[in-house]
Amino acid sequence: MSGPPAQPAGRVELRQERDVAAARIAVSKAMDALNARALRKTRFVTAVSEIARNALDHGGGGVLEIYRLDRPRRIMIRCSDQGPGIADIDQAMTDGFSTARSMGKGLGGARRLVDAFRIESRVGAGTTIEMEANP
Amino acid sequence: MSEAASIYTVDKVLLVAIRDNITDTDIINLQEDLSERIVSEAARGVVIDIAALEIVDTFVGRILAQLSSISRLLAAETYIVGMRPAVAMTLVELGMDLPGSKTALSLSHALRALKAKGLA
Repeated sequence: MSGPPAQPAGRVELRQERDVAAARIAVSKAMDALNARALRKTRFVTAVSEIARNALDHGGGGVLEIYRLDRPRRIMIRCSDQGPGIADIDQAMTDGFSTARSMGKGLGGARRLVDAFRIESRVGAGTTIEMEANP
Repeated sequence: MSEAASIYTVDKVLLVAIRDNITDTDIINLQEDLSERIVSEAARGVVIDIAALEIVDTFVGRILAQLSSISRLLAAETYIVGMRPAVAMTLVELGMDLPGSKTALSLSHALRALKAKGLA
């Protein structure tokens, strides 16, 4: 997946549950650095929490990279795993669809909370999600 | 009890403080500890304080709904308090408006409501 040109602003390995909190904190700081408004920050950090947990629970772990983008100034994150992948992305994005113990609102909810959302997944190869937020 | 959540007794009400880094394992322990203390202390009221949470995602939302349900089944009226305005707006957008849970703006509001019903 090739998004717009970006400056690295952080990286969090997602190997255990505590790392999801670390991912939230890192993205929260990156949003603070752009003087993001409270609601925009809450929405984006919530979306990051959802997909970071997905990478851990369904993807067997992964990595979250944070980037700063210009014109306009905004934050982008990329969350990738090498898990089983998603066979039917449209179905996975639907509220109520769940393969694990979650409520099935995570992925579709995350997309609604961000300004740009891109997902790529190959069965057997893993899933990569990019999300952007304006401050 | 782990550091991710603590239970205190205030005016016969059990106060549960949830911290930001709570995990699945912590939740099982918290559910067990809370249900045991509701019974052993004959608590009629439970207040779950989420003021420390910068965000509530669907994972934590599910925890809150489960804690409320367990307390209700054990006949303790349960309030969630300390929700930030941005968290409320985000939860609605996620489709998680916690229909089975009572909320109050703060601990003192919840205690007043419980006292008015003779539960604290």
